[in-house]
Amino acid sequence: MTMTEAMAASPPSGPTSLFRRACQGRTVPVSVVITFIIIAWYAGAVYLNSPQVIEKFERNNVEWTMGQMIADSWEMKRPVLPSPHQVVIELYKTTAQQKLTSKRNLLYHAYVTGTATLLGFVLGVILGVSLAVGIVHVLTLERSLLPWIIASQTVPILAIAPMIVVILGNIGFTGLLPKSLISMYLCFFPVVIGMVKGLRSPDPLQMDLMRTYDATPGQVFWKLRLAASVPFLFASLKVAVAISLVGAIVGELPTGAQAGIGARLLSGSYYGQTVQIWSALVVASALGMVLVYAVGLSERYVGRRMGARP
Amino acid sequence: MAGDDIMADAIITAEGLNLVFETADVPVHALSDVDLKINKGDFVSLIGPSGCGKTTLLRVIADLEHPTSGKVEIAGVSPETARINRLYGYCFQAPVLYPWRTVIRNVMLPLELMGMSRGECVERAEKHLALVGLQGFERKFPWQLSGGMQQRASIARALCFDPELMLMDEPFGALDEITRDHLNEQFLRLWERTGKTVVFVTHSISEAVFLSNKIVVMSPRPGRILKIIESKLPSDRTLEFRDTPEFIDVAHQVRLALKEGHSYDDD
Repeated sequence: MTMTEAMAASPPSGPTSLFRRACQGRTVPVSVVITFIIIAWYAGAVYLNSPQVIEKFERNNVEWTMGQMIADSWEMKRPVLPSPHQVVIELYKTTAQQKLTSKRNLLYHAYVTGTATLLGFVLGVILGVSLAVGIVHVLTLERSLLPWIIASQTVPILAIAPMIVVILGNIGFTGLLPKSLISMYLCFFPVVIGMVKGLRSPDPLQMDLMRTYDATPGQVFWKLRLAASVPFLFASLKVAVAISLVGAIVGELPTGAQAGIGARLLSGSYYGQTVQIWSALVVASALGMVLVYAVGLSERYVGRRMGARP
Repeated sequence: MAGDDIMADAIITAEGLNLVFETADVPVHALSDVDLKINKGDFVSLIGPSGCGKTTLLRVIADLEHPTSGKVEIAGVSPETARINRLYGYCFQAPVLYPWRTVIRNVMLPLELMGMSRGECVERAEKHLALVGLQGFERKFPWQLSGGMQQRASIARALCFDPELMLMDEPFGALDEITRDHLNEQFLRLWERTGKTVVFVTHSISEAVFLSNKIVVMSPRPGRILKIIESKLPSDRTLEFRDTPEFIDVAHQVRLALKEGHSYDDD
């Protein structure tokens, strides 16, 4: 048997046109989807804003054409649905044209929410993994804890969030910690579920092998269960980091927080600033994508260290 | 040979072994009154159709199953003590290499569990990988190896802590015949060199006859030993030996014994 036999075959090389390469990659599919979204968005803006625009025309007794109406519905100050370019301009104004530390800068608010998200995520992962380890090793814990863990997620977070904020505020915790705890409350759940499944994923033969070596439960955990659970952990982490962000934003809503994406959403809705709300939403989803992508990157790195097939 | 000598040489003794699996409907008699004596240095094959209890017997010896009644001793101690003292290395039907460990780290696994120093782990693992012809593949991950190479890595893992006994459960069963023949020959050389006692489960007659000096023929429902065939084939035999009259004669005896146990009947 030779080395070549064990090596994966390299992809055939040859002249490929740029167009074909683009089609095989993500560029073309992603841009097609984005184009459709933008078209639908502009159309939606016309549909939703036109009643107000027409009303305004009629109030002022002006003759109007279809073209005027559409143009105006894309440029309203307080539209029902702002058009994409309005959001883009607002984003540009509130990111690039402000100082990073300014409260007018959306990136500053993203940073505030991002730190709460990350702290909540770390706390949630620690809690989730510890609970999973307990559940896998102690039968009583599975019976006593698991129903409560599931019940915890059936309570609407919007109902609990204000109470957590108020209670923690009373004992002197404000700012970052209450938000992070709400994040943790949401994101430990997928971690528990994924890790319990992952820690139990070794097959009977893998367990038998450990038994033939008279391995201790600790050795089985560190050398078999934990390693086997890694793919399950990363699947959970992607969900967890995304809902951790949701938790942090929700945690900013009832506090009347001065900063954070949640605070921007709230002040936007107070003053009917839909453009501000939508740009905060765009920043929130961009932040979410960055976080999920970062988890994906570390998954790839760990996977390569652990012999995952490329 | 005097009776005392045989006792002194025996490494595995099983007496009146019974094992009944309680299932939802009917209890399954996996082992029924099994008596077996395996001497030090023997290469013993357990052969029989599916469900004859050959794997179960091997798992009882390895303390992976507990007999309902009867007694097993390995080198004078119970299977549990033997397992705790790491007296045997076990090869499963599948290679059971941990996919997240490189080949060398898979072989190092039992050594790590025994608390050996890193240096000694590496040295022993490298030595045993060379013994099974896998030098140069130490840093590969299991999926980068062919099935036969994976199984050889698992043999290296079973050998690397130098156990007295090798328990092998159809280790080559999942491989194609050409690879299997090749590994049979390599493994025979390895056995001759190391002088380990091997208990080898198979359902290939030619594999059993080629490898073993003692063939235990088993039969299902209930799982029991039908016949023990001693074979005195020359030790330096190669694959060509399977075309000689001696080989064919032993294979014929095995087939006859299987027939006696109605192994070829329709159910």
